Amino acid sequence: MNLRRVTLIALPYLWLLGFFLVPFLIVLKIALSDTAVAIPPYTPTLDLSGGWAAIRDFFGQLDFENFTWLTEDELYWKSYLSSVRIAAISTFITLLVGYPIAYAMAQSPDEWRPTLMMLVILPFWTSFLIRVYAWIGILSNEGFLNQFLLWTGLIDTPLTIMNTTTAVYVGIVYTYLPFMILPIYAALEKLDGSLIEAAEDLGCSRLSAFWLVTLPLSRPGVIAGCFLVFIPALGEFVIPSLLGGSQTLMIGKVLWEEFFSNRDWPVASAVAVVLLLLLIIPIVLFQKNQQRQQEAEQ
Amino acid sequence: MAQSKPQNVFAPWNDPQEKPLIRFQNVTKRFGTFTAIDNLTLDIYRREFFALLGPSGCGKTTMMRMLAGFETPTEGTILIDGVDVGPIPPNKRAVNMMFQSYALFPHLTVEDNIAFGLRRDKTDRSSIADRVSEMLRLTRLEKFAKRKPHQISGGQRQRVALARSLAKAPKLLLLDEPLGALDRKLREQTQFELMDIQEKTGTTFVIVTHDQEEAMTVASRVAVMDHGKVIQVDTPAGIYETPNSVYVADFIGDVNIIRGKAHPADGGLIRIHYAEGAEPILATPTQPVAAGQDVAFAIRPEKIVVAWEPDHSRANHARGKIIDIAYLGNISTYHLELPSGQKVSAQMTNARRLARRDFTWDDEVWLSWSDTAGVVLQD
Amino acid sequence: MNRRLTWFNATSLTLGFAFLYLPMLILIIFSFNESKLVTVWAGFSPKWYGELLRNEQFLDAAWVTLKVAALSSTLATVLGTMAAYVLVRAGRFPGRTLFSGMIYAPLVMPEVITGLSLLLLFIAIGLDRGVFTIVLAHTTFAMCYVSVVVSSRLMTFDRSLEEAALDLGCTPFEAFRLVTLPIITPAVISGWLLAFTLSLDDLVIASFASGPSSTTLPIKIFSAVRLGVSPEINALSTIMIGIVAVGVITASLVSKRAIQRQRREEVEGVRA
Repeated sequence: MNLRRVTLIALPYLWLLGFFLVPFLIVLKIALSDTAVAIPPYTPTLDLSGGWAAIRDFFGQLDFENFTWLTEDELYWKSYLSSVRIAAISTFITLLVGYPIAYAMAQSPDEWRPTLMMLVILPFWTSFLIRVYAWIGILSNEGFLNQFLLWTGLIDTPLTIMNTTTAVYVGIVYTYLPFMILPIYAALEKLDGSLIEAAEDLGCSRLSAFWLVTLPLSRPGVIAGCFLVFIPALGEFVIPSLLGGSQTLMIGKVLWEEFFSNRDWPVASAVAVVLLLLLIIPIVLFQKNQQRQQEAEQ
Repeated sequence: MAQSKPQNVFAPWNDPQEKPLIRFQNVTKRFGTFTAIDNLTLDIYRREFFALLGPSGCGKTTMMRMLAGFETPTEGTILIDGVDVGPIPPNKRAVNMMFQSYALFPHLTVEDNIAFGLRRDKTDRSSIADRVSEMLRLTRLEKFAKRKPHQISGGQRQRVALARSLAKAPKLLLLDEPLGALDRKLREQTQFELMDIQEKTGTTFVIVTHDQEEAMTVASRVAVMDHGKVIQVDTPAGIYETPNSVYVADFIGDVNIIRGKAHPADGGLIRIHYAEGAEPILATPTQPVAAGQDVAFAIRPEKIVVAWEPDHSRANHARGKIIDIAYLGNISTYHLELPSGQKVSAQMTNARRLARRDFTWDDEVWLSWSDTAGVVLQD
Repeated sequence: MNRRLTWFNATSLTLGFAFLYLPMLILIIFSFNESKLVTVWAGFSPKWYGELLRNEQFLDAAWVTLKVAALSSTLATVLGTMAAYVLVRAGRFPGRTLFSGMIYAPLVMPEVITGLSLLLLFIAIGLDRGVFTIVLAHTTFAMCYVSVVVSSRLMTFDRSLEEAALDLGCTPFEAFRLVTLPIITPAVISGWLLAFTLSLDDLVIASFASGPSSTTLPIKIFSAVRLGVSPEINALSTIMIGIVAVGVITASLVSKRAIQRQRREEVEGVRA
């Protein structure tokens, strides 16, 4: 029985060690190495046959040069900043779009709700790539949005939306909207209707009951939704590369290009390490929020 | 209470000069095809502690929600202080409600919950603070002012809910099953607190409950409801001792119902023949009864005396065999069978700590009751 | 109580769902467009579906994708269920914190980093990139999703059921097989479906983990889309959306039926 227990624990444990932790340590190591025209294109490589001296030699050659490089080259810190800004702005827009939908879902008749839930979840099962692709035909210069606006007479010349940061906002809001709606809906659906009645009974109008009771009580859902959009948006690659233009800087895209186009593995690894450090803050905050919510429920 | 001085008894409903605070006039409420309230007319007076009592689905909660303004009558009018409140939304009514779930705002402290309604009125800060501390004192919650609702006990939450709904000094306070969530001991204690607070503040209370004991304890008058209609409105004693129907008699407390045919007897009394060969029951009707009419005789178990010998000071006697005994400490309930097969229960207080000889199963005993011990009901 | 559909709520729902579904609807409509130009309607024609079926490259990529998804989701379900069981039921063991950290971290890790790190691993250990490496990569991140789905079911599961089985003479393994597994099966199935979809959907990690000989459908679509919109991609997207819609709607109908049947049986049980 004990052997079974050990196997049960060891199998997933070793898998994750081997395919998650070790690869990440390799990234860290390469980030501290130097670029070289070789295969693999970095140095030093660890040669264990050299024994203890080789290992010491190996550690001696590691340095923070690549990280210094990241701070010196404008491209990197600009794209970090721009990633944070784009993720933050799109998270905010997603909140503005998602909250009324979640609210209306929570207010809708009981028998509608499973269907509405399914309609929100359905896009999530659909290919991410296809959902981003769908917007190319809408946002391009000859696209449906411009055709529509020209037809209504609101504009005379087509708007340039495709290949701009605006298109990236649209893409992020569209693809991550379900992540915002679901936690807010969950919070609003749990809300006891008699609290709103109590607020009205004590003299609140509909609107002030919303501000004073509904909104504060849905805050955990709002926070969870914001993190669920912000965290993946920060490292997003597909949306900026399909909808964004050359001036749309996002760190995921930079990493990809550094790796595949420039074949600069050490810099790409350093970019990855910094991106992860950047993500630690929102992730820790998110964890705290979830924990607090769980405690509040108990 | 002041039972010995009849001139002080609080009974505005008997005073034709007194104007009711609340008047339901032919109120009907339908939800789709379901009639929740059926052409109901009822007056409630100032300073009353009025209980709406009935099983779930009888319409009592709908009546309360109409008073609070969360529902509007389909037909008829509700007057509060002579004003038709139909078009007034809940936030504009001088009526406050204590919710069954308490509906305390979980994100606000006890203090902020109590101040919530006061702040909506744009009252100045210092008078809000004064009123809040007054309410905290009244409900003995001073120590918990800064806590959140989930940090206090169920009984304390109940008091916060009460304080919050009383803070605006409403003309009328509605209480929806206010003690339903408390355990028995706490509930009994809280009932007296409620009565005390009602007396101190002089507010009119309307309480909705399905617990007849609770209604009897706290209320000045009780309305027994069934299927959207009020069956009887009376003081607790009136409801208990002179129910107007089998439904009310059966709903409030335990009762024996014996059905039979009435025959006139001397001195306005009647004899109820309930079984072949059994001695008819001598009873005092409250209304004239025609000869041969079907009636139901309702008698409470504690009005029947169980003894080895018939008690000749009482008009009615019957032999019975003990089927079952429920010993409850202070009282014992005997389930008996009469020779006619009629089942009857009787209750005796256990005044002696150790009786010389207890009754036991299968004992043949005598039941005795007076001609005024039970009620004659026709329906 | 008192749920009413106000005009505000009706508007939010209409606009919200229009925003969610209109782009996909347009995509589907224009997959039947006669013209090569995707934004100008030139009459109905299913010809792009025919083109698609003749496009060997897409068919090959689709076959690779399905293979990868089937293998990796099955492997991920086994490992993920084990991991969930370990997290919820195994109690304390050395390195438990690290273990749960490794389960949750991939969920928030940007795909570019996961992909990059796995690629560097494959190179370091000299593994040739191909279908096998994509399966390894997908299994790793999908097992974390599976274990989250399954562990949330395990956490709400009444532990005394397992204890009752042990009390009645089951070995721990029998208790798992006869009691725990049947109860968590729906969660395991949805975990598998999630893993399968994630694998079908993944572009970034597959791009890092794949070799020149093993192109998955998302990689193929991505390189085609970079060149611009094409009606063939529209047709392919329509097929994929159709499969997902049928799958999700069927699944929700089946679960609704199951719930209704359960309720009916409960009612009948009460009557009997």
